[in-house]
Amino acid sequence: MIVNVENPILEVHDLTVTYSRKPVLWGVDMTLPKGSLVGVIGPNGAGKSTLIKAIMGLIPLSSGWVELFGSPLDDVRKKVSYVPQKESVDWDFPASVRDVVVMGRYAKVGLFKRPRKADYEAADYAIAQVKMTEFANRQISQLSGGQQQRVFLARALAQNADLYFMDEPFAGVDAATEKAIIGILKQMSAQGKTVIVVHHDLQTVTKYFDWVVQLNTRLVASGPVEEVFTQELLQETYGGKLTILSDVGNLLRKQGFPTRDVT
Amino acid sequence: MEDLIYFFSFQDPNIRYVAAGSVLLAISSALVGCFTFLKKKALVGDAVAHSVLPGICLAFLLSGNKNPVVLIIGAFITGWLALVLIDFITRSSKIKEDTSIGLILSVFFGIGILLLTMIQHSGNAAQTGLDSFLFGKAAALVGTDLVVFSSISLVLVVVVLLFYKEFALISFDEDFAKSIGFPVRRLELVLTTLTVLAVVTGIQAVGVVLMAAMLITPAAAARFWTDKLSVMLVIAAVFGAVSGISGAFISYTAPAMPTGPWIVLIVSMLALVSFFIAPNKGIFYKLLRQYRIKRRILNENILKLFYQLSEIDADHQRARTLTELQNKRPIRMKSLKKGLRRLHIQGYLSNRDDKWSLTEQGKIKGRRVVKLHRLWEVYLTKYLRIAPDHVHEDADNIEHILTPELERRLESLLEYPENDPHSSAIPYDPNLMNK
Repeated sequence: MIVNVENPILEVHDLTVTYSRKPVLWGVDMTLPKGSLVGVIGPNGAGKSTLIKAIMGLIPLSSGWVELFGSPLDDVRKKVSYVPQKESVDWDFPASVRDVVVMGRYAKVGLFKRPRKADYEAADYAIAQVKMTEFANRQISQLSGGQQQRVFLARALAQNADLYFMDEPFAGVDAATEKAIIGILKQMSAQGKTVIVVHHDLQTVTKYFDWVVQLNTRLVASGPVEEVFTQELLQETYGGKLTILSDVGNLLRKQGFPTRDVT
Repeated sequence: MEDLIYFFSFQDPNIRYVAAGSVLLAISSALVGCFTFLKKKALVGDAVAHSVLPGICLAFLLSGNKNPVVLIIGAFITGWLALVLIDFITRSSKIKEDTSIGLILSVFFGIGILLLTMIQHSGNAAQTGLDSFLFGKAAALVGTDLVVFSSISLVLVVVVLLFYKEFALISFDEDFAKSIGFPVRRLELVLTTLTVLAVVTGIQAVGVVLMAAMLITPAAAARFWTDKLSVMLVIAAVFGAVSGISGAFISYTAPAMPTGPWIVLIVSMLALVSFFIAPNKGIFYKLLRQYRIKRRILNENILKLFYQLSEIDADHQRARTLTELQNKRPIRMKSLKKGLRRLHIQGYLSNRDDKWSLTEQGKIKGRRVVKLHRLWEVYLTKYLRIAPDHVHEDADNIEHILTPELERRLESLLEYPENDPHSSAIPYDPNLMNK
């Protein structure tokens, strides 16, 4: 069941993504409403992170297009923020918490310019929002998993965007941090910002999100949580594997076939 | 010694130029190397260094002279080609990056050596000195060569400083850099070009075989000393400069000696020293910390022992012999004696006629350790549901690490229990009780 909305903040049209020709996302079509707090759920390897990366233009699309605020990404980048998975970076990098958070200001600072005083103040403000002020000068390798996640969230906050994509912000964090993070996300949503979160824990879905996207290579459901977070749809997302689809995918890869007819 | 004074007085303009040139190019490759190091592309530098050799030889063969500009262009082209090929092989085949680096490095270097041998046997009079590109000859850094190589180094330094923020970002979090619309591919291209250029400028002084060390070693050594990227760049530059000038000196005093190996030896020494003595991360520091912890544990164990003994006979003042202590808890005699002496000097024990007794401070300290031990046992049985006969060993260790802050939290969480799981009384300090 896919619920569509008028004037969506995000529109994904016929999106297909392949990794070395094997489809990871197949024909995803969806629209998301402004101001919602969206949970993207699905089993491992369902393409949750891939969906976000594809929307952010980090991986090439095999087909389809994406519009944010009714425009292509490049026109609205400053209004969009992306929080990668915590594991995607080397936390041994010689940088302090403030150094990382101020990176959230780089898009506004521009190339070849140094961050200004105001940018550092914005970074400190974001650090205070995630309650990390006393760790602002701490080297990032000395942080716990939860603190690292807070740093990433602070960097996103420092961007002052309107649309946020977060890849597993609750992975590897302690209970206190999870509570703090969801508190911040809900507040952002209340301020009219749209937050899209890749999420793993089904227990908390109804408590955290007002909109749910269910993925398993193809889009199973997208809609208000009370409408689509149903036993039946969850069964479809997590239960039945689409064996024919994945077999066809393997065939495409083996024979070096294009995913879409290119003639 | 005379050489040393003469060299470092920099009276001879030639020496001045050679020294300044070596320092400048060592600094520039150290700065570029910091980002190569942080991007975990250390081996790429090595591949480029080896791959510039065929370019130099080809440029010489085609032009027939040793004009540095021509040679640099040749070196740049093959160095670049090697990088493009490594990237291509990694992306379009099942071969992983390390393997493709190895493949390309050896193929290019092989061709380079082949060409070099060919040139040497060709009888071309201009070829003398071309082989110094293999292992470097800093003293040959004069005239046009110096001007050309130094200008490139200067450009490198300026570009690295200009791109500081951008390079730091793509080294730390490439996806994020892309997501905010930074031209990541172009920035990578610039960084790669800088790497090739840094290698190219170094070949005269260090030689192609060992050039990778000039890129990576100063960065690796600097990383030990700091957790700040800007400071790391400065330290790496200083390390680079030191090795550069030493290389120039050696090349000046022993002209027959190739400079490269010397420069590499010196910069590696700096790295080795950093590895051992750098604060926090150095091996010595870690050993020292280990030693201090051991010493503290021993001290506290001895005081605990005294307190436990005095609990048994309810006499905190009684002096005790070594055997008495050993009977209660077998500590190695040598350590025990050393610990007793140290505690005596520190004022926790008094010593008379080879008998030892607790001072007032010693009693307070010993009591605290006993209390922490028993509190931790209570905590383990109550909150972790560990059987009472399994908590002792753990508590023996944890009692030494609990901070006063944790101590207070433990006390209030457990609400000042009277006894531990083995029904021994927990000794609180009556002067500090604030129930």
